[in-house]
Amino acid sequence: MRKSAIDIWVGVFVAIGLLAALFLALKVGNMNAVSFAPTYKISARFDNIGGLKPRAPVKSAGVVVGRITSISFDDKTYQATVVMTIEESYKFPKDSSAKILTSGLLGEQYIGLEAGGSDDMLSNGEKIAQTQSAIVLENLISQFLYNKAADSGQDKGTAK
Amino acid sequence: MTALLNLFGDFGFFVRRNLGSLGLAARMFVAVIVRSGFLLKRPRLVIDQILFVGNHSFVIIAVSGLFVGFVLGLQGYYTLNRYGSEQALGLLVALSLTRELGPVITALLFAGRAGTSLTAEIGLMKAGEQLTAMEMMAVDPLGRVIAPRLWAGIISMPILATIFTAVGVLGGYLVGVPLIGVDSGAFWSQMQGGVDLFSDIGNGLIKSMVFGVAVTFIALYQGYESKPTPEGVSQATTRTVVISSLSVLALDFLLTAMMFSN
Repeated sequence: MRKSAIDIWVGVFVAIGLLAALFLALKVGNMNAVSFAPTYKISARFDNIGGLKPRAPVKSAGVVVGRITSISFDDKTYQATVVMTIEESYKFPKDSSAKILTSGLLGEQYIGLEAGGSDDMLSNGEKIAQTQSAIVLENLISQFLYNKAADSGQDKGTAK
Repeated sequence: MTALLNLFGDFGFFVRRNLGSLGLAARMFVAVIVRSGFLLKRPRLVIDQILFVGNHSFVIIAVSGLFVGFVLGLQGYYTLNRYGSEQALGLLVALSLTRELGPVITALLFAGRAGTSLTAEIGLMKAGEQLTAMEMMAVDPLGRVIAPRLWAGIISMPILATIFTAVGVLGGYLVGVPLIGVDSGAFWSQMQGGVDLFSDIGNGLIKSMVFGVAVTFIALYQGYESKPTPEGVSQATTRTVVISSLSVLALDFLLTAMMFSN
């Protein structure tokens, strides 16, 4: 087919559109975070996940090593089951522990993995035994108030 | 009593007429889609229309995107600065553009820039009995005239919306970083941390495609069904703008509720 000026202009238009899409994907979006590296899945049970959401990062030593795939509630143990996808290139010992942490004072919540000392590595479908739940501010405050009340009660007792 | 009966009668007539035209539009849509297979053999027809609805809308889309980005940058900074979180400016600009403003404003401008001329063109073709003449020559006007324009609109809208969003983000950057003095690294990294490739940019793209189908088809339908008089064409053009703007906003609400409500 003969190429005319119209084809060239339409080609330029579509190319600009593709460039804009590329700009959005690379510069605006988190294209770098979407990796197609092979992964494996592990799960962990938490008493309280706080505000943790699916797709939140899983970090170890502050480096993102994976993402949370799903969060569900287990009505046998009354705990939350969190399934996370870890990149294949990162291996963790079987006795690693998982904590729910918050980035900054009011930032988003993520899971921090701390490596244990075992020689066996976690493989697909395995479970992390040691977990630490999210810190819920209300519980913390009520605990503080309770301690405070207990203290002042003791003070009165000793004053008598 | 007769007044009440008249009222019901008017209402019934209104419903019946609108249902009728909705059914007509749906039948025409299916007929156009069914008949567009031959366009694969003659892509030149679609390319000509993309030049008309896409290329010629480029300048108005790019300039509007730039200014919307400027305004978002200024207003966003003003609000965020009150909470001491002006680093989130990039995130605010990028999220509002990719999720909402990009597809919606592009669709509204597209309806005004391309939709009206499509309606007027088809309406005048009809008034000049060109469509009837085509039928007499055994050329199907739905396939030959309507289908290339519909596909050109469906292809052009996402491209235009992407350009609008990209230019808008650049506009927000220009106002935020060199003019106001937000930290450039924080601007981009907050943006990249908060904008998801699939759930934000991908859904924005889906939105713009849906709007492209809606706006282009409404314009073509109004032209095709317009009264073949100068008055009829002018009324059809007005209806194109009104109906497509309203349906874009309504569809946007529906799509947002479906996509972003978890």
